[in-house]
Amino acid sequence: MRFRFRGTRGSLPAPGPDTVRYGGNTTCIEVRSDAGGLLVLDAGTGIRELGLDEARRMPIDCHVFISHTHWDHIQGLPFFVPLFVPGNRITIYGPPDPLTMTGIEAVLTKQMEYPHFPVRAAELLADIDYETLRDGQVVDLGFATVSNMLMNHPAMDFGFKVACDGKTLFFTGDHEPFYNIYEPGDEDYADYGKIVDERNRAITEFLRGVDAFIIDAQYTEEEYATRRGWGHSTFERALALAEEAGVGRVYLTHHETTRTDAEVDAILDRLKREWADRRVRFDMAREGETVEV
Amino acid sequence: MQDVKKKLLTAVEKMPAFPKSVHQVLKLASDINCPQKELVEVIKRDPVFTLKILRLVNSAYFGLAREITSINHASVYLGLNTLKNVALGLAAVGAIPKANVAGLDMGAFWLHSLAVATATRMLGSMLGVSRDEAADYFAAGLLHDIGKVVFALYMPVEFQQALARAAEDNSPLHEAEAESLGATHADIGALLAEKWNLPGPLRNAIERHHDVGEGGRSQLVDCVFAANQISKKLAFGAAGDFSSTPLPPGVEARFALDLEGLIKEMPTLDEEVEHARIFIKLGEAS
Repeated sequence: MRFRFRGTRGSLPAPGPDTVRYGGNTTCIEVRSDAGGLLVLDAGTGIRELGLDEARRMPIDCHVFISHTHWDHIQGLPFFVPLFVPGNRITIYGPPDPLTMTGIEAVLTKQMEYPHFPVRAAELLADIDYETLRDGQVVDLGFATVSNMLMNHPAMDFGFKVACDGKTLFFTGDHEPFYNIYEPGDEDYADYGKIVDERNRAITEFLRGVDAFIIDAQYTEEEYATRRGWGHSTFERALALAEEAGVGRVYLTHHETTRTDAEVDAILDRLKREWADRRVRFDMAREGETVEV
Repeated sequence: MQDVKKKLLTAVEKMPAFPKSVHQVLKLASDINCPQKELVEVIKRDPVFTLKILRLVNSAYFGLAREITSINHASVYLGLNTLKNVALGLAAVGAIPKANVAGLDMGAFWLHSLAVATATRMLGSMLGVSRDEAADYFAAGLLHDIGKVVFALYMPVEFQQALARAAEDNSPLHEAEAESLGATHADIGALLAEKWNLPGPLRNAIERHHDVGEGGRSQLVDCVFAANQISKKLAFGAAGDFSSTPLPPGVEARFALDLEGLIKEMPTLDEEVEHARIFIKLGEAS
């Protein structure tokens, strides 16, 4: 199995001379089996270029997994060319929206409504299927299996574990480590803390030993201090989780929108120094980079 | 007259209690920085609310892998944002019966109430009320017709007569009620608000939403009045009364607009009401 970062940016695309190396497109990861099976993790603006590449070898069969439906993880979808061409088979998987009581089919119909987009979802000519996922569901694609786990983000957000060609990859979508909302001394501190520990442990166990671990690490610890509850992790917390779970190699992604290449470099240098003796191998996710797992 | 009053009070006594938590949730949910702990605490203190939330998050809509057994559990699993939106949806339709009663189609009734709630909040915002107050404006609009539910539940025969009479003459329902029941839904709504210990301004808005006189005395009452006329004019839902009244001079002066002008100032009302419809669905889901 190999994967390629098509988009690594968090929140909003950030094009410009300061983001050319780590990338300005929002989240999208192309995953391919040795035999050529294609699955895509998230459909941020990075999926557009993938669509252009795929257009050269149509008809295609492709599986798109959406971790959650915040804009930066879906906004490239209406620009994914294979959706417009008959003969392509595209299946879109993702979480339900329990508040509007709709499934993942709304991911296209909503953002392609008349005031927002000139083409309606009903006019897309590819053969499109939708599958709304349940927490813990396992999808067997034949060339790979994809299992999921509900993560911590201000939306229903699934982390995906892909098992393919004897290797495994885990992608968090967006994720903030669970934390206790009570203070020591509050009556519910212990009870709440117990559930928080359970959830954090369940995630650690779920990703134990995966070969590649792609994780949301949007913030530094200083930034996080004022962004608690926004649903993203920090570099340090991401690495600590990876170390604890004993994963193969970590790719830190969902780069903060305002972060320049030079700033990402500086953070990477610092982390390499501070984590030199630890049992975790890591790198920053770079748009365009292909990794053989 | 004594007789009527006694009958009304008996009807009001039969209504279920209005959870204080509903009010608190409406308030908390309008705060972008709402602390998760506070919301969780409000929900926990209300066993009915707690039960409804647990039922909903364990429903097929959420598709969770394991059973959620407590509000702490739901809070960790779903996080603040989802919990807040679930609570908000449930809060709105919490205490009120869902089945149709005495000629009142509860679906249409709720849609009308939500439209008035949404429009009242928008009018309040146009007049510069704070976010905190905007939640109160929403609640006033939501509950303005609550007296009709008391009539429909506990004085159904007379209420049916009033509905029929209003429909026949195309006359305002509150006038027909006064004839058939000796009091209007605004009167009995105010009595209920008293039993529910709703804040004074809210009670006042329920009592006077058909009786603004020349207008200009209370900003909240004027907003509910105008929102009610707007919702009827645009036919959002129905609560047994289809006649809309022009705005009296004091209300027009407050907005510096007449009814048509106000409607033009609220192009997103349709969309916001559509969003609020979720509340009805959520209530049914539980």
